[in-house]
Amino acid sequence: MDYHFNFNFVWRYADKLYWGLLLSLEIAFVSILIGMVIGLGLALAYTGGGRLVRTAIAAYVEFIRNVPLLLLVYLVFYGIPSAGGFAYDAQTSFVATLALYSGAYLVEVFRAGLDAIPKGLIDAGKSIGLTPWQRFLYVRMPMMFRIVLPSLSNVYVSLFKDTSLAYVIAVPELTYGANWIKTNTFRVIEVWLVVWPMYLVTCYVLLHGLRLLERRFSLVRR
Amino acid sequence: MSQSLVQIRGVKKSFGTTRVLDGVDLDVAKGEVVCVIGPSGSGKTTLLRCINLLETYDDGSIKVDSVEVGYEDGSGSRKRRSERALAPIRADIGMVFQLFNLFPHLSALENVTLGLTKVRGISKAEAKDRATHWLTRVGLADKLQSLPSQLSGGQQQRVGIARAVAMGPKVLLLDEITSALDPELVGEVLSVVQGLAKDGMTMIVVTHEMTFARDVGSRIVFMDDGRVQIDGPSREVLANAASHERLKSFLARIEMKH
Amino acid sequence: MIAYIANTLPFLWEGLLVTLAVSGLVVAISLATGVLSGVGLVYGPWWVRLPIRIYSDILRGTPLLVLIFLIIYGLPLLGIDFGNYGSAVIALAAFKTAHVAEIARGAIQSIHYGQTDAGKAIGLTFPQRLQYVILPQAVRRFLPPWINAVADAVKGSALVSLAGIVDLTLAVQQVIGRTYDPLPMYLLGAAMYFIINYSLSQTSRRLEARFAYIRE
Repeated sequence: MDYHFNFNFVWRYADKLYWGLLLSLEIAFVSILIGMVIGLGLALAYTGGGRLVRTAIAAYVEFIRNVPLLLLVYLVFYGIPSAGGFAYDAQTSFVATLALYSGAYLVEVFRAGLDAIPKGLIDAGKSIGLTPWQRFLYVRMPMMFRIVLPSLSNVYVSLFKDTSLAYVIAVPELTYGANWIKTNTFRVIEVWLVVWPMYLVTCYVLLHGLRLLERRFSLVRR
Repeated sequence: MSQSLVQIRGVKKSFGTTRVLDGVDLDVAKGEVVCVIGPSGSGKTTLLRCINLLETYDDGSIKVDSVEVGYEDGSGSRKRRSERALAPIRADIGMVFQLFNLFPHLSALENVTLGLTKVRGISKAEAKDRATHWLTRVGLADKLQSLPSQLSGGQQQRVGIARAVAMGPKVLLLDEITSALDPELVGEVLSVVQGLAKDGMTMIVVTHEMTFARDVGSRIVFMDDGRVQIDGPSREVLANAASHERLKSFLARIEMKH
Repeated sequence: MIAYIANTLPFLWEGLLVTLAVSGLVVAISLATGVLSGVGLVYGPWWVRLPIRIYSDILRGTPLLVLIFLIIYGLPLLGIDFGNYGSAVIALAAFKTAHVAEIARGAIQSIHYGQTDAGKAIGLTFPQRLQYVILPQAVRRFLPPWINAVADAVKGSALVSLAGIVDLTLAVQQVIGRTYDPLPMYLLGAAMYFIINYSLSQTSRRLEARFAYIRE
């Protein structure tokens, strides 16, 4: 190999990568928060709703799950404003996309979580005289969140990886930072050799951190 | 004294630091039905699984029809048999499992013919005849094509028995074969076993069914703490239970559950 | 409006064929490499398991887009040049291999150990147990998640558009570049992806229900 590696340029612009990584984490975090509201709301609506509601929710879920995320990013950023006559900045658009995207996956996660609550617990709640609202608040929700916690961690890590797509609409996250350095310094491979481990390490730090958190809330104490 | 069909001498086995078998001796003659009883954790299931080497044993000897099952015969050094060498030995030792372990992707008939064709090398047609004979014998002539998921627990266990006996084993190992069954299905399975006993099948039966042990078993072996504590003719052991503290309290606990 | 959409259809069709070709290649390659890796993960000695485990964990911690860039820019440095198309396919297949390996591993390991016991008890050797007992069941558990992975591969293939390959996604972009009317074209493109992937995921669901009898 006669290529001479030169990482100096990458270090010079390291702040682009640093701020990019933080933005990636932030986008993933805000997106999953909104996605959880969407997911939980729709999961409850699905469980208690009529046929029409269920069909509408299923249509949303199936549409999102069966179309490439990249196309959804384009659709929300270029497609919708062009027809609606309103505009939003790229970052808002991307967060909205990722929130809708994670929402579709989280509906399924929450639905499975609600289904997995032992029926006996609800009966036990009734038998000690809890109102439906109290049963929801003190029995169903705490149980469900413990059941879905591992899935939430996985979705978050997966969303963090998906934030790399934001570069296509020029949101200055990590992949965008990498591309910026690439086009301005031409140190192409060096950039990716730095950015790749940044993603990798962050993914595993997140995953293990979240596993620790899960253990804190686990119903089985060891 | 004639050579026992199954001869177990000083068998020891540990899982990590827990000693499960602590020097087990046991002889089973041809045609005997030996019922092994004892509290959970006493090592009875492990002993059974050692006989066809689903578990390895660390020390001692297990011979079935004069063949050491776990280790190669000959010069003092103990060399474990390879999986390949074990297969024909296991084929001669039948086993019926607590959770049936039927192959869920195969019909009742295919569950029985698999070993006959692939291990015994019997032709498909003959294997089918033999399997049909045994499935009829256990009362499942009308279920030959059913998948395990379409059968009740009792029916599945009877397929499990047919699968084992069709191989023509020298000895049959039964591992708590009724424990996973609803009470009303226990009878149909035990009566099949009783029939096999009448035909002279040699069996080692791990069980909690004391009535069965008394009426069908020729001997009762009571295990506790990884050892054989009592070994004698069934009625005798049960009649003298009062004089043995551990057996007495074990039987009392069994009684409570029933 | 209808005439305008009809005019773009041949062009989109070309893009769709590229999407299908890329996905097909990726699925075929990763099926072979992934199943081998999965079997290696379960039955291999440690020096087989360890590298596969590291490979799989690294790949699954890497965004697909980053992997594509790494391979497109990295392979030529190693003196290997398959062009953008080849590199993109390699990147997607490398990524999918890790997923298929995990699906295959899961499928094999989910078979209850009692099945192995029962196979041993009637005297089957290890290759016979694999052939007659473990694999027939593992295949039934492998298929539903694998078909979902195929749908994932189709979706993932959209990223090759960022490497300049004119697949369905880039074809849609190019049409929009000429007509400046994004929404209908994006929806049309989305519908085409949807039809392919929805059929796949429905097939997966049907198979899963059909093979439910394998569950213990």
